[in-house]
Amino acid sequence: MTPSVTTQPSPNRRRSNWQLLMANRLAAAGLFIFGFILLVAILAPVLPMPDPNMTDQPNRLLPPLSQGHLLGTDHLGRDILSRLVWGTQISLIVGISATALAALFGSLIGLVAGYARGVTDSVLMRFVDMLMAFPYILLAIAIVAALGPGLLNALYAIALVNIPFFARNIRGVTVSIRNREFVDAARLSGKSHASILFTEVLPNVLPVIVITMSTTVGWMILETAGLSFLGLGAQPPTADLGSMLGQARAQLFTAPHASIIPGIMIFALVMSINLLGDGIRDVLDPRLRSGALDRPLSVTHIARQTTPAATLADAPVLVVDHLFTGFANGGAVTPAVRDVSFRLGKGECLGIIGESGSGKSVTALSLMGLVASPPGVITSGAVYIGGQDVLSLREHELIALRGARVAYVFQDPLTTLHPLFPVATQIAEAVMAHNQVSKRAAHQRALELMETVGIRDAADRASAYPHELSGGQRQRIGIAMALANDPDVIIADEPTTALDVTVQARILELLQDLRRERGLALLLITHDFGVVAQVCDRVAVMKNGEIVEQGETASILRAPQHDYTKRLIACVPELGEGHAFLDRVRPLFEETRL
Amino acid sequence: MSQPAVDMQNLVKTFGGGRSLFGRAASEVHAVRGISLTLQRGETLGIVGESGSGKSTLARMLVGLEHPTSGSMAIEGKPWSELASSGTRAFGRAIQYVFQDPVASLNPRKTIGDILDVPLRLLCGYDRDRRARRKQELVDAVQMPLDTLERYPHEFSGGQAQRIAIARALAAEARILVLDEPVSALDVSVQAQVLLLLQQLRDELGLSYLFISHDLAVVESISDRVAVMYLGEVVETGPAARLFAAPQHDYTRALIASAPRLTVSDSPP
Repeated sequence: MTPSVTTQPSPNRRRSNWQLLMANRLAAAGLFIFGFILLVAILAPVLPMPDPNMTDQPNRLLPPLSQGHLLGTDHLGRDILSRLVWGTQISLIVGISATALAALFGSLIGLVAGYARGVTDSVLMRFVDMLMAFPYILLAIAIVAALGPGLLNALYAIALVNIPFFARNIRGVTVSIRNREFVDAARLSGKSHASILFTEVLPNVLPVIVITMSTTVGWMILETAGLSFLGLGAQPPTADLGSMLGQARAQLFTAPHASIIPGIMIFALVMSINLLGDGIRDVLDPRLRSGALDRPLSVTHIARQTTPAATLADAPVLVVDHLFTGFANGGAVTPAVRDVSFRLGKGECLGIIGESGSGKSVTALSLMGLVASPPGVITSGAVYIGGQDVLSLREHELIALRGARVAYVFQDPLTTLHPLFPVATQIAEAVMAHNQVSKRAAHQRALELMETVGIRDAADRASAYPHELSGGQRQRIGIAMALANDPDVIIADEPTTALDVTVQARILELLQDLRRERGLALLLITHDFGVVAQVCDRVAVMKNGEIVEQGETASILRAPQHDYTKRLIACVPELGEGHAFLDRVRPLFEETRL
Repeated sequence: MSQPAVDMQNLVKTFGGGRSLFGRAASEVHAVRGISLTLQRGETLGIVGESGSGKSTLARMLVGLEHPTSGSMAIEGKPWSELASSGTRAFGRAIQYVFQDPVASLNPRKTIGDILDVPLRLLCGYDRDRRARRKQELVDAVQMPLDTLERYPHEFSGGQAQRIAIARALAAEARILVLDEPVSALDVSVQAQVLLLLQQLRDELGLSYLFISHDLAVVESISDRVAVMYLGEVVETGPAARLFAAPQHDYTRALIASAPRLTVSDSPP
């Protein structure tokens, strides 16, 4: 058994992973301490040390630094250093083998249960639940009692006790992977269930298995020591960290070193493995690596070379002036929005249209400093709301503007609404965030808003949870929340993309009505020319972070000037066009391929 | 004339139902309620419907990923139940499926070469040399560069990934493709390119398509006939041009009226 389980992922993967692990100082310290212990334990047979089992009664309980016994001797006069090294070797072998066994069987149960579901899942997981229902040490003692004391039996006991931990973890991951489309696709490619499980699902579960192993090895070593301490593991005269502790217990006051030294060794070993395990988990977990779990700043980092005028006289409600936003990538900033300028008056609707990656959403988020930082950074430009540059405001002033004067409506209300609160409570919360009103008054206002956005029986639906509403109704709630504080500007980012066409038509109508009745300025981000044609007075076409063309909707749709706009409009199939559409667009792509 | 590519009679699929452990009847969802449709050889049948209309359930039943509750289906003259009892490989050779989200339908830990290898090995039973040749042909057929085979799915954009997914469906050499919202996740210009590719492949290889989409204009552009689904039933079928020009059913009319159009002349803003 090679104890390479914990260190395997680092040299195995690309160099960047190794560098990441080294950048984590605690993990690097853990790696070095563990590596050192491992090396010494492996070299135990060749190191010039006395026999660990040789008793020498006259020289019993010598203190550390004695002649010939660097760490002293125990109650039978055996050399502690030698026993420590040999004991560490046994603890490591047992701990790592137990982890490997538990990982093998636990992962197998988890994989099969998660993939098969149904009866197999129930039977396997109830078995695992039964294992979990016993206190682990009791279960281990029972197993050892049944099989008889000894290292090997202790190993089986510890492995068995830890199977549930792996099984549950792996089952959860497997269930989520099993429902992915590539599993269905593999079935349609003719693969059998067993082949799918081991060649399609397993590679995606493997990082989780490795992470779980690296975080449990320390725990397993501790458990081995615990069983040996109780006399159920290693049998005399075999040295083992736990049994050394157990045997030295009687001399705790006369010769404390005999128990303190193995205690320190267990501590150093388990601590270094845990630090290393945490480091490996951080490296392998893509969410941690991408920084997605870092908490972003409350306002996008603003790093403008020059400060533009803080106020603008006679300005319409929203003016965006030469805005540049980028994403910091190491030292350099990759631009996502480049030199974007537009104006939006009261009661007006401007559409920003572009394909994925054109920077339209980043533009929308930049206006209120909502681009996640890091890595987002606004490098230049100004955003005037009612003539006031919001990027010059102090952080709390900018935050106070959000939802009050400028409100957002997002694409999928199911992800933006909190799943555990009734919808009216969430609207009321938006009201109370900016107004000092009582809960009752806020609730009343929430009901009014729900009626405004066309939800019938608002009083009945008020206590509904987001999942109980249809997509269209959820988007209406999203709009009601945006309206909560009578904003001047509503920024709607793909508000109807997730909806069916019949529902989309009604939501767009609602936005139009609100705009006319309340004089709202509407900034509509979309990829759909049909939506723009229906709602927007003016449209700006974005490509690679720049606005390539801007003007009246009707004239841009009728006579686009820029090649990109022409091409984009040409690619939209029109209802009633039929097969002529494909004949019409074919020349567009034949040109580009040449 | 030979038999139709797909023939469905009174197909029903109900989810849930039955009784729970304590004897309470679980609620039932009628996803597909008695659908009868035929897909002729070389034809493209468009299926239009909104979310929850049962169109994806229908598609998944066709390729054997779901079992119908009742009703009968025949694929290239072979009864569905016969195909089902001989396993997924029998299905895979007769009919293939293209998923909506191309990136999710490719295993992130396998190269494109590995992904394309599976149907060639298991469904066609080709030897190594023939597989290597065939993989090159497939990549070429969907107009992707040759180094595609050594790369991983995350290195491709949505449109490229959908081309690869189409290549995988073609690899099985099935004559019928079920395309479930194949262009919905794509940008308009990429969407047009993928539609062109699908049309070209159909004409060159003599494929039959069952093309599912919520976008009326897209369906109209590629389909010969269109079926409109609403709450698990087909409310109207007809030639694409006729159906959109003169819809008979109220729901079809509502759907057409709601579709966003580029022309702004009708209603002044």
